[in-house]
Amino acid sequence: MGKEMQTQPSPLLKVQELVKTFPIHGGIFSRKVGEVRAVDQVSFDVFPGETLGLVGESGCGKSTTGRSILRLYEPTSGEIEFEGKSLLKLSQEEMRRTRRDLQMVFQDPFASLNPRQKIADILEEPLIVHGIGNAKERKEQVLELLRVVGLDKHHASRYPHQFSGGQRQRIGIARALSVKPKLIVADEPVSALDVSIQSQVLNLMEDLQEQFGLTYIFIAHDLSVVKHISDRVGVMYLGRMVELTHRDELYQNPLHPYTQALLSAVPIPNPEVNRERILLQGDVPSPADPPKGCAFHPRCPYVMDVCKKERPEFVDKGNGHFVACHLIS
Amino acid sequence: MQTQTVDIRNKVVEEDKPWKDFMRSFLRHRSAVIGSVIILFLILIAIIAPVLTPFEYSAKSNDLMQSPSANHWFGTDEMGRDIFTRVIYGARISLWVGFFAVIGSIVLGSLLGLIAGFFGGWRDAVISRIFDILLAFPGILLAIAMVTILGPGINNAMIAIAIINIPTFGRLMRSSVLRIKEEDYVLAAKAMGMKNGRILFHHILPNCWTPIMVQGTLSFATAVIEAAALGFLGLGAQPPEPEWGTMLADSRPFIQTAPWTMIFPGLAIVLTVLGFNLLGDGLRDIFDPRMKQ
Repeated sequence: MGKEMQTQPSPLLKVQELVKTFPIHGGIFSRKVGEVRAVDQVSFDVFPGETLGLVGESGCGKSTTGRSILRLYEPTSGEIEFEGKSLLKLSQEEMRRTRRDLQMVFQDPFASLNPRQKIADILEEPLIVHGIGNAKERKEQVLELLRVVGLDKHHASRYPHQFSGGQRQRIGIARALSVKPKLIVADEPVSALDVSIQSQVLNLMEDLQEQFGLTYIFIAHDLSVVKHISDRVGVMYLGRMVELTHRDELYQNPLHPYTQALLSAVPIPNPEVNRERILLQGDVPSPADPPKGCAFHPRCPYVMDVCKKERPEFVDKGNGHFVACHLIS
Repeated sequence: MQTQTVDIRNKVVEEDKPWKDFMRSFLRHRSAVIGSVIILFLILIAIIAPVLTPFEYSAKSNDLMQSPSANHWFGTDEMGRDIFTRVIYGARISLWVGFFAVIGSIVLGSLLGLIAGFFGGWRDAVISRIFDILLAFPGILLAIAMVTILGPGINNAMIAIAIINIPTFGRLMRSSVLRIKEEDYVLAAKAMGMKNGRILFHHILPNCWTPIMVQGTLSFATAVIEAAALGFLGLGAQPPEPEWGTMLADSRPFIQTAPWTMIFPGLAIVLTVLGFNLLGDGLRDIFDPRMKQ
C-alpha cells in the first residue's frame, strides 16, 4: 500500500484505504443485520491537471467512491487528503467552504437540476453561498458561464424542463464550474446522453480542462469513453481497485485477469477482426458477502490456492502500474 | 456540420412557463373549474354580504317563523331574524375559520414534517409518535376535548381544528421530504456547499408543495364541517353569531313546522364542502404526473 515512488508532482488528491459500508437493516426492530462493503480499501492519487478514469460494472462502487471523496457520503474509514489537508478531519462548516474547490457533475441531467429554479438561479446559487461577487458581477458571471458551455444568453430565464438532455448536462457542468473548482468528480456525465451528444459534452469537458486547468475524476462504465478522455485509468471490481495505470498501458498491457476480460468485451467496429473473447463465468458476488481472499477468485480463469485465502495487495509493478493480483509478483 | 451542431445546441423545447401550463390544464378540468366557481361565488357573497341584504344578521323582528317570501327569501327563524342574511353572513365565519385553521395546520404540520423527514433519527421518532397519538383519537372528539379545555368560542374552535389537522399535513410533508431529499439536485446542492437551511427552503420545500396544496383544499372542506359540528354542539360560534352549525342546532325543534330554518344553512354547508372537494379533486388530477399527456 501507499507506494508513491513516482517522479510526479505531489498529488492534488490522495485517497488511502477508503472504505464505505452501508448497513443492512432487517428484522422487526430494523436492527443492523449486515453491511454492504460498497468501497473496500481503495487507494489512489490524483495529480493536478490530469483526468483519472474510474471504470467498472454497475454496482462496483465507483460512484460511491466519487461521492465519498466529496463527503456526500460519510466514509466509514480511510484517509482523503486534498492539497495536503485531510478532508475527513474537517468540520461540517470547514468542509462546506472547501466544497468550492471540489465539484461534481452528475449522471442524470434530468434529476440533478431543481425543476423549480430558473437556469440563472441554478448557476448563481453556488456563487451566493460562497460569497462570490455582488449581484451585478454574479449576473455577468452567469452569462459568461452559459457562453463557456455553449448555451445562449436567453436560456438563463428558462426552466430545466425546457432543455434537452445534452443542454441540461451543459448546465450541470456550468454549475460545477461556477465556483472555479480545482477538482471535478464527473459521475458518468455522458452515460445518460445520446451517443451523438456524448462526444459534444466530452469535447466540452476537455476544452474546459485545458482552459481552466481542471483536474477530473471521470467515472464511467463505457471503456471507449474512458479511453478517450482519461490520462490514467483505474479499474474497480466489487468495491476494490484491481488495476490502475496509464491509459495506453492499460489498454495495451492489462495485467489483471478482470481487466483483460473487461477489455475483451469492448466491441471493435470491424467484423474482419477476429479476437479472443474472455467470457467470465457466473455473476458478480454480493458486496454484502464478498469472497474471502481476492474478490475476483470465484470467476478468475487463473485462480490459485493463495487467491482464496489472501487478499492480494494493491502495489506498483513498475512505472506506476498498480495491480492487485497474486499472479503478478 | 458545424452549423448543424450549433442548431442542436440552441434548440430549446418550446414550452410555456409552468404557471401557464398549469392554467391550461386547470381550465380543461371540469370539476376544478366548477369547484373554483363555487368557492369564488361564496367568497364574493361573504365580502359583499351587507350590500345583499337590508337586514342585520342579529336583528330580531316580529315576523317569527315566516316561510320564504319576497321579503325574506329564506324565511325567518324563531326570533324573527332573516335567514338569508344569517346564511350569507355565515359564509364569512365558515370561510374565515376554514382558512385560518387550514393555514395554521399547514404551517405547523409542514414544519414538523420537514424536520422529521430531513433530519430523521430521534427527531423523526418523537414527531412521528406525536402524530400517531393525535391520529389515534377521532378528530372531532379531540376537537371537542380541546374546546372544552380552552372554552367554547369561534377562535378556540379554529385552534382545535388546526391542531387536529396537523398530523395530516405533517405526514404528507414528511413523506414528500423523504422522497425529495434523495433527489440528485438535493445532493448537488450539498455538493455545491449549501447549508442545510438553504437546501431545505430553496430545494426541498418548493418541490413538496403540490400534495400539500391538494390536501389543503380538501382539508378546507373538512374544516368547514368540523367548525359546523362544533357550532352544532354549542362549542363553536356562540349566539347570536350566524354560524351555520349553530343555526342547524337552533332549528332542530322546528324541523317539522319550519323546515326552511334547517334547509338553507344545511345547503350552505353542502355547497361549501362540495366546492372545496371538487377543487381539491381537480387539483389532484391536474398535478398527478400520470394524468399528463
